[in-house]
Amino acid sequence: MVYQGHESGKKASNSGKNPGNGQGRDGWVVAYARWVIRWRWAVLLACLLAAVALASGGRFLGFSTDYRVFFSEENPQLRAFESLQQVYTKDDNILIVLQPAEGDVFTPKTLAALRQLTEASWQLPFSRRVDSLTNFQHSYAEGDDLTVEDLVPARLLETGAALTPERLEAIRAVALEEPLLVDRLVAPDSRTTAVNVTLTLPGENEFEVPEAMAATRELVAAFEADHPDIKVAVTGLVALNAAFSEASLADLTTLIPIMYGIIIAGLLIFLRSIAGTVVTLLVVGLSAASAMGLAGWLGIQLTPPSSTAPTIILTLAVADSIHLLVTLLHAMGQGADKRAAIVESLRVNFSPVFLTSLTTAIGFLSLNFSDAPPFRDLGNMTAMGVTAAWIYSVTFLPAFLAVVPLRARQRQSESNDAMARLAEFVLRRRRALLWGMTGLVVVLAVWIPRIELNDQFVNYFEPSIPFRADTDFAMENLSGIYQMEFSLPATGTGGISEPDYLAQVDAFSIWLRQRPEVVHVQSMTDIFRRLNKNMHGDDEAWYRLPEERELAAQYLLLFEMSLPYGLDLNNQINVDKSSLRVIATLRNITTRQARLLKNAADDWVAANMPASASEPTGPFVMFAYISERNIQSMLFGTGLALVLISLSLILALRSFKIGGLSIIPNVIPAVMAFGFWGFLVGEIGLASSVVAATSLGIIVDDCVHFLSKYLRARREKGASPEDAVRYAFATVGRALWVTSAVLVAGFATLALSAFELNQSLGLLTALAIFAALIADFLLLPPLLLAIDKEKKHADTPHALAQAAD
Amino acid sequence: MPIHLMPLHKQPTDRLALGAAVLAALLLGFAGAALAETPEEKGRAIAEEMDRRDLGFEDSYAELKMVLSNKQGQSSTRELRLQTLEVPARELGDKSLIVFDHPRDIEGTAFLSFTKILDPDDQWLYLPALKRVKRISSANKSGPFVGSEFAYEDMLSQEVDKYDYRWLRDEACGPLSCFVVERYPLYENSGYTRQVVWIDQVEYRAQRVDFYDRKDSLLKTLTFGGYKQYLDQYWRADDWYMENHQTGKTTRLTFDNWEFRTGLDENDFDPNRLKRLR
Repeated sequence: MVYQGHESGKKASNSGKNPGNGQGRDGWVVAYARWVIRWRWAVLLACLLAAVALASGGRFLGFSTDYRVFFSEENPQLRAFESLQQVYTKDDNILIVLQPAEGDVFTPKTLAALRQLTEASWQLPFSRRVDSLTNFQHSYAEGDDLTVEDLVPARLLETGAALTPERLEAIRAVALEEPLLVDRLVAPDSRTTAVNVTLTLPGENEFEVPEAMAATRELVAAFEADHPDIKVAVTGLVALNAAFSEASLADLTTLIPIMYGIIIAGLLIFLRSIAGTVVTLLVVGLSAASAMGLAGWLGIQLTPPSSTAPTIILTLAVADSIHLLVTLLHAMGQGADKRAAIVESLRVNFSPVFLTSLTTAIGFLSLNFSDAPPFRDLGNMTAMGVTAAWIYSVTFLPAFLAVVPLRARQRQSESNDAMARLAEFVLRRRRALLWGMTGLVVVLAVWIPRIELNDQFVNYFEPSIPFRADTDFAMENLSGIYQMEFSLPATGTGGISEPDYLAQVDAFSIWLRQRPEVVHVQSMTDIFRRLNKNMHGDDEAWYRLPEERELAAQYLLLFEMSLPYGLDLNNQINVDKSSLRVIATLRNITTRQARLLKNAADDWVAANMPASASEPTGPFVMFAYISERNIQSMLFGTGLALVLISLSLILALRSFKIGGLSIIPNVIPAVMAFGFWGFLVGEIGLASSVVAATSLGIIVDDCVHFLSKYLRARREKGASPEDAVRYAFATVGRALWVTSAVLVAGFATLALSAFELNQSLGLLTALAIFAALIADFLLLPPLLLAIDKEKKHADTPHALAQAAD
Repeated sequence: MPIHLMPLHKQPTDRLALGAAVLAALLLGFAGAALAETPEEKGRAIAEEMDRRDLGFEDSYAELKMVLSNKQGQSSTRELRLQTLEVPARELGDKSLIVFDHPRDIEGTAFLSFTKILDPDDQWLYLPALKRVKRISSANKSGPFVGSEFAYEDMLSQEVDKYDYRWLRDEACGPLSCFVVERYPLYENSGYTRQVVWIDQVEYRAQRVDFYDRKDSLLKTLTFGGYKQYLDQYWRADDWYMENHQTGKTTRLTFDNWEFRTGLDENDFDPNRLKRLR
């Protein structure tokens, strides 16, 4: 922080005399600063009014309650899934998983409780169908009589005596033999069962999911009170969607206070000024509120990634204020009066604060190239916040300080011994450092290809979000949550009844069941087998597929007639009966395993039923490709950000060579961060796609400060490259250390997020900022010395890098 | 309204009172009777009158086309014949026989149903490919009829005693004036909490029915169109259009070639004869 003070102290003495093209610009800023001080009350009022107007848009902010927001309209996996949902019924569900404390579920007590919960679940909002063991439509034959009834009829539960041990065994045998039940609504070990509620959400507003979940939790709470010996867990697609808004809310309520705490502590330690701390808090608070309000006006819905925007804005916005305040307090400490110090601080910092805000905004705006809209929102909201922070820093902050009493403590000049020693070390060991750093970067880069992309979306949520714990419980005890869906077209209307086609679908189902990744397969062929058996007096020999098309079609008609209220076949068969849907439920596998399974399934279908080739799909398949697709889409965005940021540096530093050189220390932090991640963690999801772009705009600031001081020494003072490096370390070394510490702390705070993507994003960015500090200290000086050694002096003595001061 | 809040009448006395009410209505004019009636009595009286006007058709025959469409407009068509035998006894429902003609692979499949008032219906199914008649026991009257948006209980014989009633209001329905009557299914496995029926005041024909599901949300709307009168008495709609508000799916039934008093009898509705149908 203090480097600005040293610098400004020297500059303050000669500011009036500074000749050349720097004068006009400084003159403009000085005039502006005086104008702000004169109209301080008006400026304060205008800032507050603008902030209130912007922030009032916050009332339009809602939480998105649909996992699909992670996919753009053009996403091919989303489109494949949506076209599947055009053909088959869209099923949203809530799965209520039950496990008695002891023994299995086939007891009169547990079954009675299950039946009661099943009945009550019909009352849940938007429910269309409720399925459980008790109301499973069990069909059996007695001669030519076919009976279809609830597997556990109400009459058996009315009097405990009716449910004899024999009857319970019969029910268990049916359930554990039934492909529609076992591994789906009852675990093979009989310990766990579930009620599946199918919902049709109208999709008219974002309150539907919370309403359904609130009602479910109320129902479950009442059930738990009645049956304390039964463990209940709630999962399903609706619970997943609800978890997204819950994670967003958790982040907003936990991260922001922590971030404020870090900022207050940091400010009090570094500034040692109450007024400075207060004004900084106001600036960052107004910036974050304005950005969030603007997001509301723009109709942006909050998602877990974008709900970290206020935390990130607080982190980034604080830097602007710190730069301005350090100069100001130092000038006052040197004896300048408050107003002169304000003018001086603006003069010195106006351009660098603008430049660092610009590069940060460019980095975040490049997130618009992401395929995942929540990241676009995060990028735009942060860019708006950074812009707002820049505006409030050069308007509100000087006006506020002009109004409040401000006292600067006379400080002894800070000891720069450590930085001086570091500079000497770097100069002495430049060759070793150049090779050592290159070696380190290479060694770390080797680990990057070992990073496995994994987006098991359940793991996006921390165990503090109930969805995660409940879903883990369901996956361990009952069945999987991840699914892969196949739509297998037959030829022509009613073609699914063709025996050849059915045989192939059956072979495919069997192939799927043999895969180790697969827990359960839902296939119509099981229903055809059962009906064939039922219609032949329950003779096991007839548990096979019908061999004529007419028979299969008539079985299907029979089956349609026997379906209970709320069920139809459209979730498995398309309207004109020319295509079947097969759903494989998967174990808790990684998305890489899912991609392998998908490829294997594609190959099987292409080889065995080429006419039915179609894209396997489902939410899990969508997430299985989300990281790759986003990395691809962000490659261009990140590249563009790099080009724009490098161009800004070349212009600001007015040196093509040095500006161009800056690309190296700006690129390698991301390489080092990912390499380190690959070494330590080895697995990452969607966050990986955006970290390079977002961290670029932030880490470039350190480089700007170091290079501008280096060039100032070279150009203004005619220093040798070695002395210029010493000068840069002496003036900005400690400051870079401190700003980096604040940024690392800020982004590391995201590790406390309830959402894994935000944790990875925060930790990787913190790593990149730390790597940038190492690169700027240990690699940049040797690089400068290597390319700058033969030159004695820079272009013109007075062409100072004002813009990049 | 939840069903348990409905006043539960003792059927015989209730019917006696209603008979008196109807008689009074005939003698004194409707307005006078209306003053004396509760909404429940008025609702039931309207249902009784509807039923009375449809008495005596003996049997009927119609051909119908069923078009099922989903939200995206994909559709499939089935063609079938429907024969109905009127069962005069009030405590018994009518008998219906449905034979499928199209698509080809289900041609000749026949479905016979003896409607019960408050118990599961008796059902038989004949599958030509299997060449066997199967008796089906199922408590399920609210399930979808062959994948359509109609449940059995929506399509087949509407008997007065299947419901409790409550007259809500009178209002215009298109060019006509309608009674709006709410009815509450008495069958314990019904999928509905209630239905709201619009009945025109001149001919006592159902014009529209709103169905409310178990959690009392609007589920479906059935609209009747193309009413024609047969034998100078019996009104039949040619167009039944059911729209499911929750799933966006629709089913249209188009009736054709209505015939009455064709001379069908109990023997034509014998399960053992299903095999010989064509």
